[in-house]
Amino acid sequence: MTEDKKVDIVGRGNVEGANLFREWFAELTDAAKNNQGAAYVFVMGSMAELLKTFDFPLVFPEITALQTAVRRVADEYLTVAEDYGYSPDICGYVKADIGVHLREREHPMGKIPKPSLTVLTNACNTYVKWAEIWERMYGIPVFVLDIPATRQAGGQFQPGSSDFARDCKYVEAQIRELITLCENITGKKFDIDRLRETLAYANDMNIGWKRVLELNKSKPSLFNALTDGTAYLGVSNNFRGTKEGSQYFKNLVEEMEYKAARGIGTQTEEKYRLAFVGVPCYPIFRRFSEMFTQWGGAFVHSTYLNFASGGANMGFEYDVNRPIESLAEGALINIRDAMDSMFHHDRMIIKMVKDYELDGVIYHPIKSCRTVSTGLADGRRAMMAATDTPSLFIESDMMDKRVVSEAQMKNRADAFFEGLASRRLTAAKTAS
Amino acid sequence: MAYAAGVDVGSTQTKAIIINEAREIVGRALIDTGANVVLAAENAYDEALRNSAIQEEEVEYVIGTGYGRYRVTFGNAQVTEISCHARGASHMFPNTKTVLDMGGQDTKAIRVSPNGEVLDFCMNDKCAAGTGRFLGAAAAALDIPLSELGTVAMQSERPVKISTTCTVFAESEVLSWLGKGKKIEDILWGVHLSIASRSVGLLRRVGIEEELTFTGGVTKNPGVIKALEQAIGFKLNISDDSHYIGALGAALFAFDHIVSSRAPSSAKEVA
Repeated sequence: MTEDKKVDIVGRGNVEGANLFREWFAELTDAAKNNQGAAYVFVMGSMAELLKTFDFPLVFPEITALQTAVRRVADEYLTVAEDYGYSPDICGYVKADIGVHLREREHPMGKIPKPSLTVLTNACNTYVKWAEIWERMYGIPVFVLDIPATRQAGGQFQPGSSDFARDCKYVEAQIRELITLCENITGKKFDIDRLRETLAYANDMNIGWKRVLELNKSKPSLFNALTDGTAYLGVSNNFRGTKEGSQYFKNLVEEMEYKAARGIGTQTEEKYRLAFVGVPCYPIFRRFSEMFTQWGGAFVHSTYLNFASGGANMGFEYDVNRPIESLAEGALINIRDAMDSMFHHDRMIIKMVKDYELDGVIYHPIKSCRTVSTGLADGRRAMMAATDTPSLFIESDMMDKRVVSEAQMKNRADAFFEGLASRRLTAAKTAS
Repeated sequence: MAYAAGVDVGSTQTKAIIINEAREIVGRALIDTGANVVLAAENAYDEALRNSAIQEEEVEYVIGTGYGRYRVTFGNAQVTEISCHARGASHMFPNTKTVLDMGGQDTKAIRVSPNGEVLDFCMNDKCAAGTGRFLGAAAAALDIPLSELGTVAMQSERPVKISTTCTVFAESEVLSWLGKGKKIEDILWGVHLSIASRSVGLLRRVGIEEELTFTGGVTKNPGVIKALEQAIGFKLNISDDSHYIGALGAALFAFDHIVSSRAPSSAKEVA
């Protein structure tokens, strides 16, 4: 491969991801200008594969909210919502989104279209309350997809069992109701061949995402799971079930395989391999990562890359010959796993310690998300009881800079690395 | 004779320690940090040099620690106060398994290995609840010198329950108890119990194991010591130099560097 090819391929995922992201917002802005109604959906169970067949523009309010933080204007939106009466203690994503709506859906990246409907799952405790706000604002239908047999810590019914088949039927029945609802809203007849098409594209993305995550077992690791990984996630959600999304993940796998074959990592010297548990600190997104990378810490994996991908990390492949049934199976398997990734992360991290050869685990509880943060303390204890892996608890928020104390966070990160260095030194002395 | 120094620039006070090759303290200084952090570090170091009667040229290595560690402009390196308190506490009390450091701005619970390495640690949240500032707010509200706070509190017979965890609101709660006619010592003991309760909560997160060494500026308060000992059920390790343990740890790390730099190259690779 020529040097030119190397220049083209290394970092391509970030460049293409950023371009696609801008494209997505441009489409949303066009839809808003044309007064086209959007489907408001969430990262854990977006049902994008189905909604795309009705040509709904998809709005991911979690993503539009976090983008206000990344662009350092979240405080403006949070303040608008708080001035309206929302408590400082509720979900920062909800408040930033409400701020967007109270500002006539003007967003730093464009204009957000009004909703025609919202589709949500039981994956997050807040989703339904959030959707009810739009219901009151816009008088839209709220469709709740109830995923059964969740929160069983990997003990769920598996394909082949009658219980699993029954659960699939339950989800399938709900999907058929959603199809009818979409037909009524859009006036379009459901096209099963279009669903086959979106499922096939989603298959490419699922396979690609799983492979990308596996490839980061490489030493050195190939991408920063916290920063690069989050950029990849954006495409995984916004372009799910599309040709562009399919091609993106094929390209991303190619990039990672190229880097793996040549030992191209994210750092000059990868000293410590880390996993991240929780949601990123978006108000200081880069600087948070740098608190760790400056010590040679490399984030090789994250629970976020599992649950915020809606379970795409599983690599589940739809059977396009029976699309609705298979969509139900996929929703069941993927969303259950996304919820396990969030609520029962200890089992996953314990496995990750071995598979990814981790030196440490960073737990990031955040003030305004109980769903993700509750359970981190006992998960950490379980991990520490099962493995001899150092871990760090570092608290902040995913949206609200007012509760992000950078100096204290850095102090904790520095102390954590001093401990890792000391531990390594002691091990070397013992071995010599 | 070689010397090493540690300068601990805290949010309230700056401490400096100079040690000799036997790792004995030969000089110490304690000053208020104030607004000029760089100057505070310089002044504390100068005072410690004077106190030890040794020349600056004789100090081979200086490590800065504390929140202002990067403002110790004359220092050779920086180490966090978490590592320094662990190291200093283990040096002063070799059987230390747990360290509680209570300073002006934050409180840290640290679990340490027999070598003084940090095994786990936990700090207060992003507010000053359960720290020295909490005591300072109560002292200000009751117009009692900080140095007398613990002694007055220990005269209590019927302590009140302080419910707020916010340092700012603590003042208004203290005033409200005064308005209800409660005795000053009962209010103050309530404040001390509140601080002890929060600190024990932090300690439980890392695991409480004897021996527990108490460090930081609040070690000067006998009321906090009594409240903590009541809460955990055993005696704390405390010395007259407990306030300096962070700076001592920094000086010990500085001496490690001196020793390592003198070692033959094969040994240096390990160090």
